[in-house]
Amino acid sequence: MLQDSLRRFIYGSKGFRIRIPIASCSLAAGAGEVYQAALKAVDRLGIDAEVYRVGCTGLCFMDPWVEIAKEGLPPAIYANVKPDQVATIIERYVSGDLSGAVAVRFKQGGERIPSLDELDFWRLQVRFVSRNCGLVDPESIEDYIASGGYQGLRKALSMRRDEVIETIKRSGLRGRGGAGFPTWFKWRVAYEQESDVKYVICNGDEGDPGAFMNRLLAESDPHRVLEGLIIAGYAIGATKGFIFVRAEKPLMADRLEKAVEDARKAGFLGKGILGTNFDFDVEVYRSAGAFVCGEETALIAAIEGRSRPRQRPPYPATSGLWGKPTVINNVETLAHVATIFQVGVEEFTKLGTEKSKGTKMFCVTGSVNRTGVYEVPIGTKIKTLVFDIAGGPPEGRKVKAVQVGGPSGGCIPIELADLELDYESLQSYGAIMGSGGLVVIDDGNCMVDVAKFFTGFTLAESCGKCLPCRVGMKVLSEILEKITSGQGTLEDLDLAQELGESIAKTGLCALGGTAPNPVLSTLRYYKHEYIEHVLNKRCPAKVCPKLVNYYIDPNLCRGCTQCAKVCPVGAISGSPGKVHTVNTEVCVKCGQCFSICPFGAVKKV
Amino acid sequence: MDPRKLVRELVSRYGPDRGRLIQILQEVQKEYRYLPRESLEEVSKELGVSLPEVLNVATFYHQFRLEPVGKYIAYVCFGTACYLKGSADVYEAMRRAAGLNDGRSTTEDRTLTIEKARCFGCCSLAPVVMVVSSDGTERYVHGRLTPSEARRLVSTYRSRALRSGGVGVASG
Ligand SMILES: Cc1cc2nc3c(=O)[nH]c(=O)nc-3n(C[C@H](O)[C@H](O)[C@H](O)COP(=O)(O)O)c2cc1C
Ligand code: FES
Repeated sequence: MLQDSLRRFIYGSKGFRIRIPIASCSLAAGAGEVYQAALKAVDRLGIDAEVYRVGCTGLCFMDPWVEIAKEGLPPAIYANVKPDQVATIIERYVSGDLSGAVAVRFKQGGERIPSLDELDFWRLQVRFVSRNCGLVDPESIEDYIASGGYQGLRKALSMRRDEVIETIKRSGLRGRGGAGFPTWFKWRVAYEQESDVKYVICNGDEGDPGAFMNRLLAESDPHRVLEGLIIAGYAIGATKGFIFVRAEKPLMADRLEKAVEDARKAGFLGKGILGTNFDFDVEVYRSAGAFVCGEETALIAAIEGRSRPRQRPPYPATSGLWGKPTVINNVETLAHVATIFQVGVEEFTKLGTEKSKGTKMFCVTGSVNRTGVYEVPIGTKIKTLVFDIAGGPPEGRKVKAVQVGGPSGGCIPIELADLELDYESLQSYGAIMGSGGLVVIDDGNCMVDVAKFFTGFTLAESCGKCLPCRVGMKVLSEILEKITSGQGTLEDLDLAQELGESIAKTGLCALGGTAPNPVLSTLRYYKHEYIEHVLNKRCPAKVCPKLVNYYIDPNLCRGCTQCAKVCPVGAISGSPGKVHTVNTEVCVKCGQCFSICPFGAVKKV
Repeated sequence: MDPRKLVRELVSRYGPDRGRLIQILQEVQKEYRYLPRESLEEVSKELGVSLPEVLNVATFYHQFRLEPVGKYIAYVCFGTACYLKGSADVYEAMRRAAGLNDGRSTTEDRTLTIEKARCFGCCSLAPVVMVVSSDGTERYVHGRLTPSEARRLVSTYRSRALRSGGVGVASG
């Protein structure tokens, strides 16, 4: 974004703006209370500042953050702010005392506080689709337009439909929802169908249990997603679009709905859009939520009021919603479409790799100091993202692997951290890009347990329509249960491998086809951990409950007797005020003593 | 309102279109916090969809419940980040503290329901428990929980439910 337009959003029309992120993630961390406190503080201090709602920057580790900007002073960012600190922070800032801020912008030199642009977690990002996130008010169409919004739609509508598709082909944009399918190709197929009714659908399901970049993007800059959807609708000749969102993500749905209403009032939706003869409208569909709904045929079934996916072909582009040609694109893909038309294809193609252009948003969680959503060029190295940007593991921990791609993805050992994040390299190492969830796993996590977690997840989410997925995953999860409880044999490992491979080949939809990936990839790189569970009945990370022993640290035990009282088999002895001990012969490893001890004296060994 | 009557009203609002099945069930659940049996029967009759198919849809999607809930619902995050930071221990500790040792998820006195949930998006606070009141007016987030802190949450919310005199929304 241009420097002066950036300044305009940061200082605001009054030249004094206090920005606070109001999005599901920051609200969960307490931003709502901070916002109220800021309103009160401004009122009480009698200063003429706007307390301004914005979306989320993706710097979750700072939540809730506050950025204060007054003309004449450098904008200052404060992290992990508590409501009772807000007034003091504002008072000090106004007096020119920036202490406590974690970063400033437009640094003149002199201040001891680092500039945001110098900090790795910001410097190494390329914020192409997320450019507005955390900067503009997501509920204001004026803000979006002021940032260049809907210029992309104007540009697209001045072109022929096939030229629009050609532009996207030139950009090389690939779907950000998982498979990396070339966007122009689906558009072209749908465009070529003879049909008076066609649909476009924005896939905002985002069911990966460790990722939320689509939600963040749609909550922080909903118009960008909508603009992309309208352009897609124009390109294929659709009259109606749907945005598919989970009912359990109400803020995302509300903001998209507001964006649709405001865009309709402004003439970007409805009849004869922007004076052309293009009629198009959009409905936000609140889904009842099930992981498989993210899969495109299941998503269509849900809108039709049914459940469960179906066999492809026919592909939705020829026969989709109610049998009509339908294009389905991911939230981030569509936001890219809008941005590409706003700023030009070249700005996009200069980023990324030969085969995959542009940027991707990654949600980095797990064992890192800076949990967050970061947008980087495709082809960025895993180590750049995990160590430089996300700050590596907390002190005392060692990173073991990264899990990429969620329940359909796989684990990549940290020894391969030089690997570049792009569709092909990830796939060749047994993971997938997926929607961009990246979970950092450390030496305190058990790889067999990780495989069991994802297997349990997909099993619960399997729609049950096809046998390989329904029965195969059940058996696979039973094998993992056996292994993690110390009952496994070496034959079980071979069986898990064979079964996984055959489910991958025969699953009806891609859920089944990819469901065994977490097991297959951990077997590939961490067979030694499986073998340790099987042969030595030991869980090296001390995670699997049946394979750990409990022990009471005499230095921490205060003799409160709670553990002895809760133990169902009387395995704990000790009298009040005296150190207690566990009799491992009797212990059934239920873990109740571990969870009840108020002093953390019960340890796993 | 009688669930059957509500369903008839909804059907006349949305039209007897099977494409509206999920929306109608969502509206019913908004009213009762779960789907009373009679409402499912009425939906089946009004939309001309067989009862097994209505049940099929109602059990396929996670949002729907077929049982009444407690005054407070504690959602223990089982997203990947929370799981890796021990949410299974937190969940077990809370269930034990609430005396839920069989398949049930709601306490006998309907003060508290404990359920698993997926990523809330505040993974930096993992492991996370979100507590909401069943009428949707209160919402609390608790982060970086240990099992023993989680146990305390159970008694806090159960006694708060009893103090406010309210138990879960009555059935039917
Ligand atoms: C089990 C399963 C879950 C999926 N979940 C999502 C999802 O949450 N969001 C998404 O955009 N695509 C998801 N997909 C991929 C979609 O089927 C589809 O390929 C995608 O929405 C196409 O958009 P794109 O080309 O823009 O990536 C999922 C696929 C499978 C098999
Ligand atoms: S995994 Fe629990 S909040 Fe994200």
